[in-house]
Amino acid sequence: MKTDQLIDMLSTNVEPVKHGQLGKALAWALVIGGAASFCVMLATVGLRTEPAGVSHLGFLALRVLFMLSLVGVGTALLIKLIRPGQDGRKLFTFIFFPFLAAGFAGIVALALQPSAAWHPMILGTQWVTCLYCIPLFAIAPFALLIWALRKGAPTNLQRTGAIAGLVAGALGATAYAFHCSDDSLPFIAIWYGAMVLLCAWIGARLGPRLLRW
Amino acid sequence: MDVQSTEPELRALMMAGLDGDAAAHKALLERLSSQLRAYFKGQLGRFNRGPVEAEDLVQEALIAIHTRRHTYDPSQLFTPWVYGIARYKFVDYLRRTKASINDLPIENAGEVTAQDDRAHVESSLDLEKLMMGLSPRVRQVIQYVKLDGLSVSEAAARCGMSESNVKVSVHRGLKALALQITKQGADHED
Repeated sequence: MKTDQLIDMLSTNVEPVKHGQLGKALAWALVIGGAASFCVMLATVGLRTEPAGVSHLGFLALRVLFMLSLVGVGTALLIKLIRPGQDGRKLFTFIFFPFLAAGFAGIVALALQPSAAWHPMILGTQWVTCLYCIPLFAIAPFALLIWALRKGAPTNLQRTGAIAGLVAGALGATAYAFHCSDDSLPFIAIWYGAMVLLCAWIGARLGPRLLRW
Repeated sequence: MDVQSTEPELRALMMAGLDGDAAAHKALLERLSSQLRAYFKGQLGRFNRGPVEAEDLVQEALIAIHTRRHTYDPSQLFTPWVYGIARYKFVDYLRRTKASINDLPIENAGEVTAQDDRAHVESSLDLEKLMMGLSPRVRQVIQYVKLDGLSVSEAAARCGMSESNVKVSVHRGLKALALQITKQGADHED
């Protein structure tokens, strides 16, 4: 085939391009993915059963804040990553801030307690549930995010996959937060942080396969 | 690519093309094809690959630029967007053909890069064969709208489809063609 032939073909009946398709697809993926994640949580482990006190709600707010800040930065990065020629390198460093803030808060909380109290603060009562719930809840948002990202043109597939995994993991963890009864800062920093990073790692492994175009 | 001088012109053509101006879109693709050819030849020269491979890549990149043009953000520069796509397609080509810098026999490098920069070369892609990989319905729509130049409403009437279905089919068809090209490239190199 001659290139001129191809150009003729491509420029016959050119349709105007609608603006904002990509942003819309991503927004839908986040909303439906988040809702799906929440439903999976309700269907499996369910909401926290103990009566909600003020400190419980405070910890719930902290968990959700930690995770939604990751969703926010991650989404801003994804918007850049699906457009060729924009690498979002500056924004990339911001993704570590929520982890650092949570880690710092966890260390301070530990420092204020005698070391004998550390063990329950770190392991909580349900760290095992946390291990499998967060990745499980992340599956639906991850699939939807991949669907949305495939409409774009990511050029760094590994990084895009990693951030998609991170955002999905953070959405899954947000849903899990409504079940979690471990009210301790080190617990949140370690287990939530680790599970979201695990999701990001899985996303990085899957990205090149799922996002290729 | 000479960024300074071509950026404003190319960007203006792109913006017009995005609004549905076919002549501007054609002019843009023509301008880009020669820039892309120079770019890919320069890159491929280091891997001892010839002008046919360069032409394959030019066409692949042109299809990508066309089918992914909604990913261009008008508030940003145009050249880095094109370069991002070209570079992605080149890296993808290297990955699927498993070429490495070690493949390069130095004595032939001069010959490859000495080729002139015209569009005489045909790519190894055969449009008819590629079209056979599409579903019959999509193939028919592409034939009407993209090759015979029928308007969307004419094609819709002939196929008995709605206009929006025709548009969707054309878009999907072009993406499927791009995928076929990527696959075909992998097949005959492996």
